[in-house]
Amino acid sequence: MTQNAKGAVRVLHEVGLHARPSVKLTQLAKSFSSKIEFGPSEEGPWTDVKSIVKVMKSKTPKDAVLHFRAEGTDAQAAVSALIALVERDFETESRT
Amino acid sequence: MTAEMVRLRGTPVAPGLAFGPLVRLGGTMHVARAHTSRDDERDALVAALAAAQDDLARILAAATNTDEQGIVAFQIALLEDEELTNPAHAAIQAGETADTAWRLAMHAQIEDYTSSDSEYFRARAADLRDLYERVSGHLAGKVVEDIPRGAIVVADDLAPSRFLATDWSDGGLVLHRSGATSHVAILARARGVPMLIGVEAAALDGHSQALLDAHNGLLILDPDAKTRAAFDTQRKAHALQQIADARYLEREARTRAGERVRVLINVAGPDDLEMLDSSHVDGIGLVRTEFLFHGRDHLPDEEEQYRVYRRLVEWAEGKPVTIRTLDAGGDKPIPGLTREHESNPFLGVRGVRLSLRHPQVLSVQLRALARAAVGANLKVMIPMVTLPEELERCRELLARAVADLMAEGKSAASPPLGMMVEVPAAALAVEEFDAAFYSVGSNDLIQYLSAASRDEPQLTSLTLPGTAFLRVIRAICAHGNREGREVSLCGDLASDSRYIPALLECGLRTLSVAPAALAAVKATIAKC
Repeated sequence: MTQNAKGAVRVLHEVGLHARPSVKLTQLAKSFSSKIEFGPSEEGPWTDVKSIVKVMKSKTPKDAVLHFRAEGTDAQAAVSALIALVERDFETESRT
Repeated sequence: MTAEMVRLRGTPVAPGLAFGPLVRLGGTMHVARAHTSRDDERDALVAALAAAQDDLARILAAATNTDEQGIVAFQIALLEDEELTNPAHAAIQAGETADTAWRLAMHAQIEDYTSSDSEYFRARAADLRDLYERVSGHLAGKVVEDIPRGAIVVADDLAPSRFLATDWSDGGLVLHRSGATSHVAILARARGVPMLIGVEAAALDGHSQALLDAHNGLLILDPDAKTRAAFDTQRKAHALQQIADARYLEREARTRAGERVRVLINVAGPDDLEMLDSSHVDGIGLVRTEFLFHGRDHLPDEEEQYRVYRRLVEWAEGKPVTIRTLDAGGDKPIPGLTREHESNPFLGVRGVRLSLRHPQVLSVQLRALARAAVGANLKVMIPMVTLPEELERCRELLARAVADLMAEGKSAASPPLGMMVEVPAAALAVEEFDAAFYSVGSNDLIQYLSAASRDEPQLTSLTLPGTAFLRVIRAICAHGNREGREVSLCGDLASDSRYIPALLECGLRTLSVAPAALAAVKATIAKC
């Protein structure tokens, strides 16, 4: 069933969304089927999280607040996972 | 100065004789790209992007620290992003060469980074430049040169679409890699282009002319006058043999005892029929429809397929035309349909396995076939069937296509549904398959029975038809005879005079052969 989900998180990384965090963000986003976007406010403008080129172009600095929105069958899980990734400063989750 | 004559040995995979200038493809040549066609430019870019991706995956695996990994992972992510590649594809569609299109697309991106306020983002321009160089290098290394007519072409390997785009009159082909039953070899036999495999390309340096003897597996570089004269004599004798065989071309094929053997032809499409007379054949035993899908940016729609199938049945004038549904995968990739980087494509998602995973593509083909079958002797053949369920699933899709067409008020017929027997599991349990006819795909059946790749020149001796293969053929023929269902063989073996006696002995009475072999096959049958 299609869900809609939203969430926001502050970027703690010292240079913001640079290459490595962006790669992790897009890779994680691509593991979900939902359409996922982020923007600097609840009104956007919205950026496709699955495109590294677009994520890099957002030039999101440190301390910026990322607003996520997702639509699809796994929208809720996607937003939760992406927020968790930003919160742990893009460190790879240890999966057991 | 003329270089010394050199004799090299190779494995002949398509018979014939040719003499002409030596032309080497690929490898060391770096020429600025000449525009070919939009499709070729797009294919070149897709191939260069895939090659760059392979490089980066290798570099990533070898990276020893997280910084290196981070840089390479970023480049891989960029390559995977259509945001980056789509503008290049758009430029190709607008008529640019692949290298120019890639430069334009990347230049715009690099510009964006270099003009950034942030030092960090400016520094990332280096990553994009690196990526730009890597893909450009692959594009330059895969230069598509014009192949002159009458040349002896030497390359590591050759794409089937490239082979089809070349005029091979009086020419010949020598490939280092590639095997006897690779697609290029099949095409070479069909078009009567002499071809050798397994010749070391490095030995050719400094030579300008070559004599190709694909009867005896010889490539003679810069032959002396005496060798040339002997070759001319041989070529004349061969021509006489062809004339002798040609007497059989117009006749029905019969064994010495007078038993009728049906001889049909294998074709890739209507183009192969141009020089052929339908009165010389008992029909078309195999249409390889995957060539309709090759080297183009979209799959052929129902109308286009229908027109191609109609041209085939009209040419055949009531004789049977067996059309095989899309047999992609293996060594016949189709961009956007087959999976790239399958670890073992010959044992992977190919033939009916692929079609059943894309029922929308198969259904378009079945609709076109059901329409073309009206008032025609058209049969539909399913490739790579392993389980009876696969055939039944195709039957359902065909029935639905016919019902849908009828409901739309279009005329449609329900053609007989048969199968290729090329997977050992199906060959050994053939009685479990409710097929209207069985056609043995000997190329794949032999390679799967012997666990030897047909593309491996060193294993050519393992891919000959042995006891196990002939035993399987005998059992399939026995089943067909009991049930009154036709059994034919449409692999390359049917065109090979050396094996025709053994095939007839197993009970086969229907062979589908390369058009170029038609006369020789009939002549051989007459001596059996």
